[in-house]
Amino acid sequence: MHFNFEVEGGNFSKAGSASSEIKKILNQLNVDYRIIKRIVVALYEAEVNVVAHAYRGWIDANIDTDKIQLTLTDEGPGIPDIEKAMKPGFSTASAKVREMGFGAGMGLPNIRKNVDEFDLKSEVGKGTKLEFTVFINSE
Amino acid sequence: MIVKELIPLIEGKLVCGDPDSSHQMKLAFASDLMSDVLTLDSNNPLLITGLCNLQTIRTAEMADIHVIIFARNKKVTEEMIHLATQHNMMLIETPYSIFRISGILYKHGIKPIY
Repeated sequence: MHFNFEVEGGNFSKAGSASSEIKKILNQLNVDYRIIKRIVVALYEAEVNVVAHAYRGWIDANIDTDKIQLTLTDEGPGIPDIEKAMKPGFSTASAKVREMGFGAGMGLPNIRKNVDEFDLKSEVGKGTKLEFTVFINSE
Repeated sequence: MIVKELIPLIEGKLVCGDPDSSHQMKLAFASDLMSDVLTLDSNNPLLITGLCNLQTIRTAEMADIHVIIFARNKKVTEEMIHLATQHNMMLIETPYSIFRISGILYKHGIKPIY
C-alpha cells in the first residue's frame, strides 16, 4: 500500500497530521503497537522537522507485509553538515519551534534510534530527503 | 490510581475525558520538551507538563499517552480538546507547579520512568 501526504512549512497547527493518519492506517492493519510507536515517533519527529525548517515537503509511505518505508522530501534550506545535525543537542531551530516543545537537537538522533534503516541526504539551498525503514518482524 | 483519585490531590480540573474512567495510572514523566517525551519506551505514562499547545496533544498521541496534567494554570484550548477527544485522552488543569504535582503523585505511589 502506498500513501502520500503534503506537509506545509511553518504551519504548526497541522504538524503531525500525516503521522496521525499513518498511525490510524497501521492500527487498522493490526500492526504490533510497539512497531507502530517506533514508526510514528520517527515520522512525527521528521514531520516536525519539515514544518520547522522547510518551505514545503512530501511524505511517501510504503506499507508492505514485512516492512514500512517512509520518505520525506522537502524544499528548504537544506542541512550544511549532516554529521553535525545528527549529534544529540545540536539544533538550528527558531524560538517559535522551541516554544512548541521541540528544537533541542533530539529529533534526528531519536529518528535514528527508532528505525532499522536510515538515510539522510541534503543539498544546501534546495532541500532534504530522509528515508527510513522499519522491519515488521525485526523484534 | 484512577483519575477520580488523582484530581482532588492536585486541586485538578478535568477539562477533557471521562471523570469515571477506570484507566489506571502507574507511571509518570514530567517535561516541557516534547522530543524528550518522544524518547520514552514505557507504555502509557501520565505526562505532567507546562507546555500547553496542540503539539503537546500530538506528542501524547504518538507516544501513547492518555493522561496529561497541565501545571500552573495553563489553559487548554478548544482545538486541543477536540484533538484529545479523538484519541480518548484525559486533560487536567491544575494551579500547582510541576514540582509540587510530581511530589504529590510520587508520595501516592506513582512511579518515575527513570
